[in-house]
Amino acid sequence: MTIATSSPRRQSAFWMAFRSNRLAWLGVALLAIIVFSAVFAPWIAPHDPLQQNILHRLQPPSSEFLLGTDTYGRDVLSRLIYGSRVSLVVGFVAILIAMVVGSAIGILSGFIGGVFDRVVMSLLDVMLSFPTLLLGLMIAAMLGASFENLIIAIAITEMAPFARVARAPTISLKQRDFIEAGRAMGFSDSRLMGRHILPNMLSEVVVVGSMWMASAIRTEASLSFIGLGVPPPTPTWGGMIREGFENILDSWWLAVCPSVAILLTVLALNILGDALRDAIDPKTRVE
Amino acid sequence: MIHYVIRRMLLAIPTLLLMLTVIFVLVRLVPGDPAITILGDQASEDALQRLRAQLGLDQPIYVQYFDFVMRTLSGDFGRSMATGRTVLQEVAAVLPYTIELTASALLIGAIIGVPLGTTAAIYRNLWPDYASRLVSLIGLSFPAFVSGILMLLAFAVNLRWFPVIGSGGSGLEAHLRALVLPALNLGLIMTAYITRVTRASMLNVLNEDYIRTARAKGVRPNRLIRRHALRNALIPVITVVGLYFGTLVGNSVLTEMVFSRPGLGKLILGALNSRDYTLLQGLMVTFASFVILVNTVTDIAYGLVDPRVKYS
Repeated sequence: MTIATSSPRRQSAFWMAFRSNRLAWLGVALLAIIVFSAVFAPWIAPHDPLQQNILHRLQPPSSEFLLGTDTYGRDVLSRLIYGSRVSLVVGFVAILIAMVVGSAIGILSGFIGGVFDRVVMSLLDVMLSFPTLLLGLMIAAMLGASFENLIIAIAITEMAPFARVARAPTISLKQRDFIEAGRAMGFSDSRLMGRHILPNMLSEVVVVGSMWMASAIRTEASLSFIGLGVPPPTPTWGGMIREGFENILDSWWLAVCPSVAILLTVLALNILGDALRDAIDPKTRVE
Repeated sequence: MIHYVIRRMLLAIPTLLLMLTVIFVLVRLVPGDPAITILGDQASEDALQRLRAQLGLDQPIYVQYFDFVMRTLSGDFGRSMATGRTVLQEVAAVLPYTIELTASALLIGAIIGVPLGTTAAIYRNLWPDYASRLVSLIGLSFPAFVSGILMLLAFAVNLRWFPVIGSGGSGLEAHLRALVLPALNLGLIMTAYITRVTRASMLNVLNEDYIRTARAKGVRPNRLIRRHALRNALIPVITVVGLYFGTLVGNSVLTEMVFSRPGLGKLILGALNSRDYTLLQGLMVTFASFVILVNTVTDIAYGLVDPRVKYS
């Protein structure tokens, strides 16, 4: 009974648009490098990221420590490589939760309609315009700094866009004949929403997810920088900048290396998100 | 017209109530007893009881909720537990610094972003377009503290053009010198947003029939862009800038942190570090009210600027 997610022709137009976008490949390549280093961190990292060595503290970049060492004598490059794991996992899981919960809210709100819909939507409007960082900061502060709480805080702040994206097609889909037919056959509401409405918008939701993952990683880094991230000694990029910032006057590499890492990761995801959106939306497509 | 303004303002009330409810629930979600969190687990039962009574935590939950909403609506946002001053006093003390920072950032964003976005739209898919798109994408990718640190390193530490710390000394000149880097940091991020929105909006307008008509009539390109296209293209830009206001405030927190400036950011971080939960809750309420106010004003301004928006 499900309508195909997208016809083969639309799929190929999507791929053609995506493939011809040269900037998109830069994003893919950058992201591939980052994911690779996160997955294979134990094999690539030249040193133990947690190994302290007072004799080697605050060393500038050298042949043994390619990006220098921090206040505790830990190798910056190894910490950078391991730090990518936190950023990627937190960003990915938070967006996944936001995606599932957000689109469930959106579908439910659009499907039920009426007063419920209006209340939910005006709440989401406020959430959308409330400063993401401040909301995340307050949630993280209330829950306490930990890996799980960080993910929950970011997931809550990023939920609203998914609800919006899922709601609009639900409203038009629920009036279509195949939903009416399903209802006549006695399908439950949850089956109609989950099996028949959801698959029709999955691609849009996933594209929005890729666009917001950049934002999630930026928020993770910002919260870690403020001191609300995954607690030390786990290496995180935001946390490394926080520590490095204290020695900014004489050991600049401590803050600059993780800064560049965050910038490149977010940039890669932004490029990718833009390219996916352009490919799926013919209006902005570069002809 | 008047009707539209009033209607839009009335619409803000349920939104505000909803937001207050969310904040109320959020604060109640804090694991553990707030009194113990505040006083520590060494505190005497007597002191805990007194604090609970003071915070109203000994009341039933619906009484607490009703009390919270009524007090907020009457303008009482609570007090800081650390200093004893009201939340509004605390905010008023630092607000000028944050307004100064965000206003200059908006100005920089508008001055650079609008021409850049317009140029990109006019030269669509040519090199000025690609260049401006790449630049704005990079600007969007900078967390505010990363760009802030890089700027601080380059212009304050290495080149020594600006002070490294704080609002730097007395006098107007010192004050302005200390403002330049933070304002530029926020302003360039704002530029990235405004460039993108202006480009998209301009592209829409340039496809309109009346632009083709004007061109066919022989309106000079310069005049066509400035008088005919840009005026209409800027309308959605205003709305989107209103929507990005939240992002701007969030980024100003990070900017204030990097440049150790006084402001709302420092206030929040201070409340966070001293576990001043009543101040934190009050700040949340203040921010929420402010965001709703800005949204309402933006919507009304949108209606005033664009006569096509239906007032009914």
